[in-house]
Amino acid sequence: MSAHSDTSHGTMGQLMTGFALAAILSIIPFALVMMETDIAPSTLVAIIMGLGAVQIVVHLVYFLHLKSSTEEGWTLAATVLAVVIVAIVLAGSLWVMHNMNANMMPMTEGNMVMDPEATPGASMSGHEDHN
Amino acid sequence: MATEAHVQAPETWSPLFGRLTLDWIPYHEPILVGTFSAIVLGGIAALILMTYFKLWGPLWRDWLTSVDHKKIGIMYMVLGFVMFIRGFADALMMRAQQAMAAGGAEGYLPPHHYDQVFTAHGVIMIFFVAMAFITGIMNFVMPTQIGARDVAFPFLNNFSFWMTVAGALLVNISLFIGEFARVGWLAFPPLSGSAFSHGPGVDYYLWALQIAGVGTTLSGVNLLATIFKMRAKGMKLFDMPVFTWTTLCTNVLIVAAFPVLTATLTMLTLDRYLDFHFFTNDLGGNAMMYVNLIWIWGHPEVYILILPIFGVFSEIVQTFSGKPLFGYKTMVWATACIMVLSFIVWLHHFFTMGSGANVNTFFGITTMIIAVPTGVKVFNWLFTMYKGRVQFEVPMLWTTGFIVTFAIGGMTGVLLAVPPVDFQLHNTLFLIAHFHNVIIGGVVFGVYAAVTFWWPKAFGFKLDDKWGRRTFWFWCVGFYFAFMPLYALGLMGVTRRLQSYMDQAWQIYFIIAAFGAVLIACGIACGFINFAVSILRRKELAVGNDPWNARTLDWATQSPPANYNFPQDVVVSGRDAFWKMKQDGFKWSTNYSDIHMPNNTATGIIVAAMALVFGFAMIWYIWWLAAITFIGMIATVIAHTFNYNQDHWIPAAKVAETEAKGEVA
Repeated sequence: MSAHSDTSHGTMGQLMTGFALAAILSIIPFALVMMETDIAPSTLVAIIMGLGAVQIVVHLVYFLHLKSSTEEGWTLAATVLAVVIVAIVLAGSLWVMHNMNANMMPMTEGNMVMDPEATPGASMSGHEDHN
Repeated sequence: MATEAHVQAPETWSPLFGRLTLDWIPYHEPILVGTFSAIVLGGIAALILMTYFKLWGPLWRDWLTSVDHKKIGIMYMVLGFVMFIRGFADALMMRAQQAMAAGGAEGYLPPHHYDQVFTAHGVIMIFFVAMAFITGIMNFVMPTQIGARDVAFPFLNNFSFWMTVAGALLVNISLFIGEFARVGWLAFPPLSGSAFSHGPGVDYYLWALQIAGVGTTLSGVNLLATIFKMRAKGMKLFDMPVFTWTTLCTNVLIVAAFPVLTATLTMLTLDRYLDFHFFTNDLGGNAMMYVNLIWIWGHPEVYILILPIFGVFSEIVQTFSGKPLFGYKTMVWATACIMVLSFIVWLHHFFTMGSGANVNTFFGITTMIIAVPTGVKVFNWLFTMYKGRVQFEVPMLWTTGFIVTFAIGGMTGVLLAVPPVDFQLHNTLFLIAHFHNVIIGGVVFGVYAAVTFWWPKAFGFKLDDKWGRRTFWFWCVGFYFAFMPLYALGLMGVTRRLQSYMDQAWQIYFIIAAFGAVLIACGIACGFINFAVSILRRKELAVGNDPWNARTLDWATQSPPANYNFPQDVVVSGRDAFWKMKQDGFKWSTNYSDIHMPNNTATGIIVAAMALVFGFAMIWYIWWLAAITFIGMIATVIAHTFNYNQDHWIPAAKVAETEAKGEVA
């Protein structure tokens, strides 16, 4: 049973640094959207997502005090595992879904709308309406 | 379960009862009325007996409000066995239906009823039987294996259990009020969306799983914290028994995977309740995303079920072979590899959904790779037995049955991992046979082995040997009769979930499978008879604290263990701690000191009861009740944080008295 060793809550300076960084990282994407710059939407989304990722790291380090030494390194190990799994889930889903989309049969606008009342084939799935 | 008339009834909504009307009570379905009467009569009989023997007080004080990890573990096992009867009744109904409904015959279950039966069977068996069993075993065994007095958060443990019970109750309520889902155990949209499933069935599914899921996730956090923070002094990670290692990896998987399930089901709930379009076909939704997400949880889930069972068999093999486990380190690393790899194989559940060859190849190969660490484990068990003095007690019988059966199931799994083969076999009975082969051959055999192995620790007497062997042989032979025909049918192209079929050549296979199910029913009956017979003969079956000459710390306690487990703090140096203690002639010092223990609390059962009512209210759109119970839950939890009377000290004299009693027994 290991004792509570180094569960410090951080100094005021650390907290203020974290607060300033978090604020800056929030203001930049907000400003980019509000100023209606000429940046392409996809680039803009990438920048916002990137800054969001940095924001997560800032929160972990300055507010949740993630260091390699916290709890004999277990906190860092748990975080690394979480990051790996989130990366697998995100990258895997994007890959899988993109791949399926690329292999999809082309559809016209007309048969993309699925209305169970209007489409004759669809009502077969909801057999409670018949028999 | 509603009839056609109910489904066609116009959707009405009243402020007081939401959409719940008398039409939703299936009083003209003979099967359900019969079941309901039996439960009511049984319930009344139980109430009278309980009152007559004045058992209400002890039940409430010693069990329902208990924060003792051993009692919570036993209650999980009781929940598992009760739900097992329900899930197996569904299985028998399906086998009977398919044995009859050939060549134009309709059998006795209409499609809307049959669809509810197979959905309920899957949901109950995975979430409320298998999960309850493995959580129960982990709760009972793991803390004592690491020399702890309880789990890290005893109240949370009690709360987790009752949330699981609340989910199980919701599924059973659906039997008599309304209907259950008719969409398969994973409820794929668009079928499970509001466009195709209007009734409360899918909502029962969603709220039951969400409420039980809270319990599972919190229990995962709790057991992880216990392993990391509460190991006996001197016990390094690589000194932990293999069962504790598998518990560790399982709970990592629970903590990592269950939030995915929660998020996925939440999105489906938003689709159904608030007209969101995550998984609809129109307005930018994508039903395939649901399939992708649910299997990101679903594949780790099957390893959540099997890893602790691998641990159980490891403990049993080394105990009954009378020598240390062969390849402890490879066993640990195999478990850790499975833990990580289980996150990169999920697509093999939907090879046929339309991904290209490169995606299917990647996931086919990862699936074949994950079979390697499992193979390592099988060889480790075999080499542990090799040149050991193997005693064929009942737990060992289950273990050998497991190794043979699981190896067959594993091989059909690797076969299914080949995408071109899967295109032939996807959603056929071959797949059904495969996963029952690994879940029955693995989890169910493992649970029976674990119950037989740890029963003397939990109650102080062994289970009857003769009835134990009968249970095993009926189960083992019954399994092969029930599922080998399904492999054959799957190869002929018979798909799963058929309410009836035209080809009469298939019928003989279904009849053999039904015969197998009857044999399994005999096995289950023998299991319960075994419990009854052994309890009646408990005086002659009584054993000491270490009946199997075991190797791990869980056997260093009294049988049944005192609520504080160990009279003194245990100091460990190296693996197989209890074996070393026995060799060194270890005796507890008689110099006892006060022991600090948590108090029992009713908060867990109260909050879970409110969660049950909240779930029911959400299912039937009774908004006022949902609001009241939701606020009630939050308020009770906040009030609980102001309860400072949460622990007590057991005086040294009391410890000495309890320990002296243990010596005599």
